[in-house]
Amino acid sequence: MPKAYLPVLIYAALVAAFPAVTLLFAKLIRPASTSFGAKLKPYECGVPSEGTSRGRYSVRFYIIAMLFVVFDVETMFLIPWAILYRGWVMAHMGLFALVSMFVFLGILLIGYVWLYKKGALEWA
Amino acid sequence: MQAVTQATLEFVKQYWAPLVCGLVIVGVLPLIVGYVVLVERKIMADMQARLGPMRVGPHGLLQPIADAVKLLIKEDIIPEDADKLVFWLAPVLSVAAALLAIAGLAIGPAFQIAKDVNIGILFVVGVSAMGIFGIVLGGWASNSHYSLIGALRSSAQLVSYETAAGMALVCGLLFAGSLNITSIVQAQYDQGVWFGLLAPVAFFTYLVASIAETNRAPFDLPEAESELVAGYMTEFSGFRWSLYFLAEYTNMIVVASVATTLFLGGWLRPFPRTTWLSFIDFFPPLLMVGIGVYCLMRTPKQPVRVQQTFMLAVAGLCFAVALVLVAPMLVPAVKPLHDGILGAFWFIFKVSLYIYFFMWLRFTLPRYRFDQLMRLGWHFLIPLSIINVLLIGIAMIVGTYFHLQGWSLLLTTSPASIIALIIALFILATEQKSEPQKSSAAPDSYA
Repeated sequence: MPKAYLPVLIYAALVAAFPAVTLLFAKLIRPASTSFGAKLKPYECGVPSEGTSRGRYSVRFYIIAMLFVVFDVETMFLIPWAILYRGWVMAHMGLFALVSMFVFLGILLIGYVWLYKKGALEWA
Repeated sequence: MQAVTQATLEFVKQYWAPLVCGLVIVGVLPLIVGYVVLVERKIMADMQARLGPMRVGPHGLLQPIADAVKLLIKEDIIPEDADKLVFWLAPVLSVAAALLAIAGLAIGPAFQIAKDVNIGILFVVGVSAMGIFGIVLGGWASNSHYSLIGALRSSAQLVSYETAAGMALVCGLLFAGSLNITSIVQAQYDQGVWFGLLAPVAFFTYLVASIAETNRAPFDLPEAESELVAGYMTEFSGFRWSLYFLAEYTNMIVVASVATTLFLGGWLRPFPRTTWLSFIDFFPPLLMVGIGVYCLMRTPKQPVRVQQTFMLAVAGLCFAVALVLVAPMLVPAVKPLHDGILGAFWFIFKVSLYIYFFMWLRFTLPRYRFDQLMRLGWHFLIPLSIINVLLIGIAMIVGTYFHLQGWSLLLTTSPASIIALIIALFILATEQKSEPQKSSAAPDSYA
């Protein structure tokens, strides 16, 4: 199976080379930058920037990131189940496969309802 | 020395097809993206009752090339407070992830780089999701408030809709029973029906999630120009900016291709199993001939001689493509290429329609607010897609119990979709009731 990835590897090298080469090419043909002063400051509609831009930001982004891990891992578990499901249904064992996934999703849905009630999914 | 040459020859012999494919994709895709942008501007102009780009070439047909040259020779500005290395790396990462995802896709049965990769669609989704690193790093490295907020918003948005998109994909995979692209399309051929018809709610979920994932309007909050200048791209100019742009449009092509493969029958023509509808095979060459004839009719109306010649060349190109499309049906020698050539046409045609729909939405709907966007993702799409997976599962079991297959499976899946639709309306109704009419909280400057 690793052999199947060899073309992908070659293509990955090509893809990595493409932006690097074009950036270097652009560097060769464009005029040298002579900018100084305010032009090199971060753009803030003409007003000098206040403070650092790497300060604190809203905690909600962290909550979203944590919730994402939970739900995305859930999707990852669903995908192999989905691949096998058709075979199970054809063998008339679909009910077993479905109920086992019902239990798994049910537990997660309880968690989802709890999050909903707590207001973790609210943004404003 | 001889052994090395031998090995190289052997290697080239075995892998020349993916190599050529890769070279063509890397070489041609920037041009295609340039023309997608031109088409988008033309469609926008048409919907707003104006002409759009008309100056460079006939009907602005050379505009993308002029833009590319302009971007290449533009002055390169790196803000002095920026993190130089990350600033350089971020757009490269973004565009590399987007281009690499194409490796997993199959443009017709013949053109695919990673043919035997058995995780096909998972590879595409996983690799294209890596592009978010480029966005976050770019926003952080430029050391500007707008950039950082744009990057944070973009990551939160992508992360929220990734789950809904994944669940929608699971619905399609339930019918396909494989992750390999070829097997997925083959499954749709064997069952004779597109999975988008069997699971319309999943297709809708994927459609909405894919618009959000590619940061397109009405979900283009990361680069909302009326609030954030240009979001994470604010400090990028010249060719770095165009790399981000290339990544964004390539991502659009990637999500459209995934949707086409899983829900719209990939490279199959409509009704692939119905033999008396085989005349649909003549639609592709006729379409190209039609476009060619239209170009010929427009030729005398061009004001300048050069533009007339160019228009003639475009017409000739259309006729050439039509010839290529019709050749496998008439010339026995190239008969084996029939599926490959027509498949590529149908795949590109469906992807174009999907992207056209993206553009149509962009010029029709106003932009969402960020809390509305998050609400739509977490309160509506995620529960709906989870419930839809279960409903489709039940529909499959009931269908097998009554020995339903192919089109007749619609008898069980359409009630499931209707139930999902009722649940969706119910969720929307409760959402409307619980949504705060007047925001009492102070506006959050970092949201």
